[in-house]
Amino acid sequence: MSILLSVIKKEARHITRDARTMTITLFIPVVLLLLFGFAISTEVNDVRIATVSERYDCRTREIIEKLSHNPYFTFKGEAEYSDIERMLRRGEIDAALVLRGRDNAPEYQIITDGSNTNIAQTAAFYIENVLRSPEQDTVLIHTLYNPQLKSAYNFVPGIMGMIFILICAMMTSVSIVREKESGTMDLMFVSPVRPSVIVIGKLIPYFILSCILLVAMLCISYMLLELPFYARVINVAGLSLLYIILSLALGLLISSLVRSQVAALLVSCVVLMLPVIMLSGMIFPIDNMPYLLRMISCIIPARWYISAMRAIMIQQLPFQYILRETIILAVMTMIIISIAVRKTSKQK
Amino acid sequence: MNIRILRILLFKEIQLLKRHPIVPKIIVVLPVMAMLILPLVANLDIRSVGVAVVDNDCSELSRCIVSDMAASENLVISGVFPRYDRALEMVERGDADVILTIPSNYSRDLERGLTPTLALSANGVNATKGMLGSRYAAQSSGATVSRWMKERAVYISSGLSTVQDFQTKQDVAAVLNLYNPTLNFRNYMIPALMVVLIIIICGFLPTLNLVTEKESGTIEAMNVSPVGKFTFVLSKLIPYWIIGLIVITVGLIVGWLVYGLVPVGNVILIYLAAILFSLVMSGLGVTIANRSSTILQSIFVIFAFIVIFQLMSGLFTPISSMPQWAQYATYAIPPRYFIEIMRAVYLKGATFCDLWRQYMALAGFAVMFFIVATFSYSKRS
Repeated sequence: MSILLSVIKKEARHITRDARTMTITLFIPVVLLLLFGFAISTEVNDVRIATVSERYDCRTREIIEKLSHNPYFTFKGEAEYSDIERMLRRGEIDAALVLRGRDNAPEYQIITDGSNTNIAQTAAFYIENVLRSPEQDTVLIHTLYNPQLKSAYNFVPGIMGMIFILICAMMTSVSIVREKESGTMDLMFVSPVRPSVIVIGKLIPYFILSCILLVAMLCISYMLLELPFYARVINVAGLSLLYIILSLALGLLISSLVRSQVAALLVSCVVLMLPVIMLSGMIFPIDNMPYLLRMISCIIPARWYISAMRAIMIQQLPFQYILRETIILAVMTMIIISIAVRKTSKQK
Repeated sequence: MNIRILRILLFKEIQLLKRHPIVPKIIVVLPVMAMLILPLVANLDIRSVGVAVVDNDCSELSRCIVSDMAASENLVISGVFPRYDRALEMVERGDADVILTIPSNYSRDLERGLTPTLALSANGVNATKGMLGSRYAAQSSGATVSRWMKERAVYISSGLSTVQDFQTKQDVAAVLNLYNPTLNFRNYMIPALMVVLIIIICGFLPTLNLVTEKESGTIEAMNVSPVGKFTFVLSKLIPYWIIGLIVITVGLIVGWLVYGLVPVGNVILIYLAAILFSLVMSGLGVTIANRSSTILQSIFVIFAFIVIFQLMSGLFTPISSMPQWAQYATYAIPPRYFIEIMRAVYLKGATFCDLWRQYMALAGFAVMFFIVATFSYSKRS
């Protein structure tokens, strides 16, 4: 036991000694959460618009009035029809509204900058809403779970899924491989310390570091980002711990497969990071992917973690709704641990 | 600066790159794979929004609304339920995104000239999907209701006045989407992906290259040689111009062959921006490598930069949606200008006159990073 403790102490010194890496590990998750919470929004809330009036009546005036007072638009003034193309090409405006026709038969044309599809679609929708008279609104829309439509809600679970892979898998595999490269691993293996103790002693400090990060991220999400706090936060913590163990096992597996630090980095980037960012549903919805990629996404642990976290963190559903995801993650963890242990013990 | 020394150093760098077991593959395979797979994945279009309908009306009209939704291209009916809590359960399980509640006596109230309202509840976990999904549903049901009103009016041919009001108020607008008429999200993503590739390849590789030299000790040999700072840094940067150009060329070819997307504007403008930008990224990489001692340390620092660059540069989310302070901050993010150039040239066919500000900014950053990289390198440790 005291041997394990001293191995842990040695590894913890390794981590804390490199102050810059420590700062960055703590800095990345905090900055990511704050950026998503306060700076980045997928919502389109500032459409720069110009109008072309070929018809002067009170309806035209009324529409321009509405556009210039609407917080979702920045009114860039009147323009000539021939100038619109140039303004769009230079990126000075996002959309233009052309008012034509006679008194009784008004005609409208919306010209958008289709090079940004999301802005184009949303701008057309906003303008159509302005053109429509309010009496026609006979549909009442309200939003469940996220009434302010903050995009941070969707991203917090995704960021957590990414950070744990980064810290646990990447850092552990690199730290083990570094010892292999510099030869100190051999030194440890010829000492009377049992190999399993060395491996466990190397993993525990990273586990503790991840737990600190978990607490920090939960604090930021609940206090600064104002995610709805709920008694079931224990479920969130439990599921995250399972995922952390899974990521540690992945790191161990990678370290047993490669020989150099650069290779460990590249493998964890290509095999772990990229799929987590691209295929886990963190940014891009899984429903939109072709069939083959959707199948591949099923073997990515982060996919199950993120969808379960969305259910319990934001929708605040009870545990039975994430039973399937939890079982899948647990089975994956067991498989990876058994492979990693077999591979690592073979090397000695 | 000695041209002969620079030539010899460049020869050495290129030999090293060629001999490396992984790097030459990364330069060609990564862009090809990324350009083949990522446009299929990176799709933020909101399609197949699941609608759970709570039908309290059970009339001809309510059935019309449901079947019109099922027929529309963006909506999928997840089920029709008699009670709200059953529909909510569908949303909780993730099988539906929007709940449409049709109140009882809806069609009767409409016939009587009252204004009954339909209620839509959207799942807001994914804000964009919730917002767009409820819009699609509102549009679809609105269209069905107004068509139904018109048909009734013709059928009964009484109470025409109210119905005609309903029709004239609906000002129709024709929408014209320039540059990307079908609003294909892929056309928007492909130029951006090429930017991501240059950020990753020209950011990571020089860092790894220099730090590996530090860890293996070969940099000591360089430090005791008469090679100047300036020459040394230049010899580390120039190979990545070539690599940046290779990446862009691969991206252009795959984009053209696989997705049929060719730049509307001049290709030379794209290459010019790529040269400037790869200098910015490799300059940043060399600076970080000069300042760090281990691989892990340098990778984490460059990773932090890359994450912030990708998020703040308007790659995935519009800059204009950010709060004012964040918008000012994006002026200090070099990829912002590169993305603007790429999208404008690729899709809109912009000319140098339209974009000279962005080019000036990129050139400024390139010079700045080159100077910083030179001065951060010191031969004494």
